[in-house]
Amino acid sequence: MNVLALIGARALSVFRGWGRAALFFRDLLLAVPAALRRFGLVVTQIHAIGNRSLVIILASGAAVGFVLALQMYYALVNYGAAESLGLVVNLSLVRELGPVVTALLFAGRAGTSLTAEIGLMKAGEQIAALELMAIDPRQRVLAPRFLAGLVSMPLLAILFSAVGILGAWLVAVGLIGIDPGNFWSIQQNGVDVWRDVGNGVVKSTVFGIICTSVALYQGYETEATPEGVAYATTRTVVISSLAVLGMDFILTALMFSTR
Amino acid sequence: MLGKSLPEMSDTFIEIDHVTFGYDASRTILNDLSLRFERGKVTAVLGGSGCGKTTLLRLIAGVHAANSGRVIVDGEVVNVRDRAQLYRLRRRLGMLFQFGALFTDLTVYENVAFPMREMTDLPEALIHDLVLMKLNAVGLRGASHLKISEVSGGMARRIALARAIALDPELIMYDEPFAGLDLISMGVAAKLIRTLNDVTGATSLVISHDVPECMAISDWVILLAGGGRLVAQGTPAELMASTDPEVRQFVRGEPDGPVKFHYPAREMADDFGLGVQP
Repeated sequence: MNVLALIGARALSVFRGWGRAALFFRDLLLAVPAALRRFGLVVTQIHAIGNRSLVIILASGAAVGFVLALQMYYALVNYGAAESLGLVVNLSLVRELGPVVTALLFAGRAGTSLTAEIGLMKAGEQIAALELMAIDPRQRVLAPRFLAGLVSMPLLAILFSAVGILGAWLVAVGLIGIDPGNFWSIQQNGVDVWRDVGNGVVKSTVFGIICTSVALYQGYETEATPEGVAYATTRTVVISSLAVLGMDFILTALMFSTR
Repeated sequence: MLGKSLPEMSDTFIEIDHVTFGYDASRTILNDLSLRFERGKVTAVLGGSGCGKTTLLRLIAGVHAANSGRVIVDGEVVNVRDRAQLYRLRRRLGMLFQFGALFTDLTVYENVAFPMREMTDLPEALIHDLVLMKLNAVGLRGASHLKISEVSGGMARRIALARAIALDPELIMYDEPFAGLDLISMGVAAKLIRTLNDVTGATSLVISHDVPECMAISDWVILLAGGGRLVAQGTPAELMASTDPEVRQFVRGEPDGPVKFHYPAREMADDFGLGVQP
């Protein structure tokens, strides 16, 4: 009986958590119009979470491009298909690696920062102070950050892919000796702007919604103690990463299944 | 009139009507408490740590809902589910938080300007003058450019006070305004609370355990004990002259009396293993 009660209590707690998260997300969306009217707050946040993620995104993009070019070359050269290296690298980046790796890095860099910031605002009673000034913290604090994440993520993913392709070009042309004209023209012919690049942007926008709302929820719902904030930042990375990977599979299946 | 009965007041601004509240079912913080706060007066709520003073403020501001009973502010029952009503009420109140609750990413000036910029359409030039006036009132006009990380705890409290009065609220609630202040700052803060109340005609509610300061500036004093039990209320002079042992213990700061110094515990011999050996 005790075991049953324990399972029941656990299940109730899980469903309650989902319910709270759903209500939080609804309230966040309802607060978006008010945040749009004060776009300056959104721009400040785009700088805080977008610009400040640039270094790690660009460095990672370049590194992934270098390695991807080498690995793909080793695999393709055996089949005499080394000339298609540019296309393989491009599609890998814009369809998958760009959106997914950017989202994972974003969760680690900007997501944790958002959770810690909101959590510490809560611990320092700044959220309560806003409430008592009759200022809705969802409109003033959460929604601008949500919109900033939504805008920043696709831009960061595009930059990641672009730098990755440039990195691959450096390795392919400079190190391996692939013809540069061929490297670019095969991409021009084989990559569809809407189907490949467009779907990549849609993916990263969805990941932006996931990562930012998870980070904000964890910060807003955290226990207002140092331990609570530490756990919340950890949960942000774990939940965001798993949700991004799961959603990536679903989106890939939906977007590219007919090809 | 010293006692537990409600004061006969002409103009009640806040009424706590048989309020019971606990954060969870196992612990009741306030138990069937009834109080009244008169308009335009400074009322101090005194009591030891954990007696529910801050909870009382939160109930008045609609942060929490009472488990039973009603909180009535200016004739309107506070309903925490009615966000529009809550925000209407909160626009009329200013709150000084126990630890300031200042926005750490803003400067001193920006903190005080924050409610003005968010809640009004005043031109920036007027906000500038108003902010400096508020900061001048707390003696920190010269610190307006400092970051919050650069000010001391006492200064932070005074900045928070300037922010609380930024929009000239009708009701100002002070949560432990004297805690952590040096003697000079404490005297200044006490005088400021009294002066603000007299000049603006606001209703002030001071939550504290600093007896001398509260007695000096209050019109009415309410003494609470653990579990939100009302011990006594009256004018400062009446409480100071009280012969009730519990009131005397609190206002004179005696370590032991009706209110025990020690948290309930087992016999000391049991805890130290000095009990009867088998």
